Amino acid sequence: MSWQPRRGGAEVALSPLLASAHVLVAMETSFESSVENPTIEHEIRSEEAVGLPWQVVVHNDPVNLMSYVTMVFQKVFGFPREKAERHMLEVHQSGRSIVWSGARERGELYVQQLHGYLLLATIERVG
Amino acid sequence: MEFRSTEDQLEISELDPFLAELLRQIPASTKTECVPAAEQRLFSAPADPTEPELCAEWKLYVQPELLRLFGTATETVASDLQQLNESEKPFANCTLRIPHEHAAAWLSALNQARLVIAAKYNFTEKELCDHYRSPIGSRRDLSLFQVNFYGFLQEFILRELESA
Repeated sequence: MSWQPRRGGAEVALSPLLASAHVLVAMETSFESSVENPTIEHEIRSEEAVGLPWQVVVHNDPVNLMSYVTMVFQKVFGFPREKAERHMLEVHQSGRSIVWSGARERGELYVQQLHGYLLLATIERVG
Repeated sequence: MEFRSTEDQLEISELDPFLAELLRQIPASTKTECVPAAEQRLFSAPADPTEPELCAEWKLYVQPELLRLFGTATETVASDLQQLNESEKPFANCTLRIPHEHAAAWLSALNQARLVIAAKYNFTEKELCDHYRSPIGSRRDLSLFQVNFYGFLQEFILRELESA
């Protein structure tokens, strides 16, 4: 098991914050470390999904190492290294980076995972 | 101090007593008691105050799990650190071996410690980037050295994980 978000749509939709406990327990029981085989998230955007009004934002933090933030983006979102570095640099240079957008419940799960890695992350409404 | 990675563990050898003591302090350094800024940093808000319901639910359901997650990582690290107390010669250099499956726990505990110390002393970004500052002088300087030393260890672990 790896530190990946649960992606079962029904499970996520049924229990927003209560699902958090399950996600964090999954993180706890896996301390798997390799970033070699991240789960690549295939972004399938339906017309409905494109218009969803929530986004996950990661904020700058002078303590977290750049290499650590890159690793976290790879693990949590399955970003390829280049994309993870691009978002990391945006956080570093602009103070924040929108790393995901979509339905609120799933966004909350991502924020929970990012907090589990001690990144400063929030969920906010688009616009 | 020397680093190397074997098939199943990371090894830090030739650890002098000073650096070994800094490592022993990792678990204690993750404690946020009496430091509200550290508490706020480890358990940051999931949204801005315009979402009070979300923030309240977060405190209720998510924060206890985060606390447990962080505690588990720290316990793993504390257990690994027992090796440093097994030396027969108290002031001799020693070796620390970290099983690969504990690497993520180490990254977490080191990060917790760095964040708590940085919040406690309110280090600025400029201070955190000043790697040539002498650790001798004050408790604050020593703490800054501690933050940088822990960051150095994080870099080593990350590098080894990537090349594994």
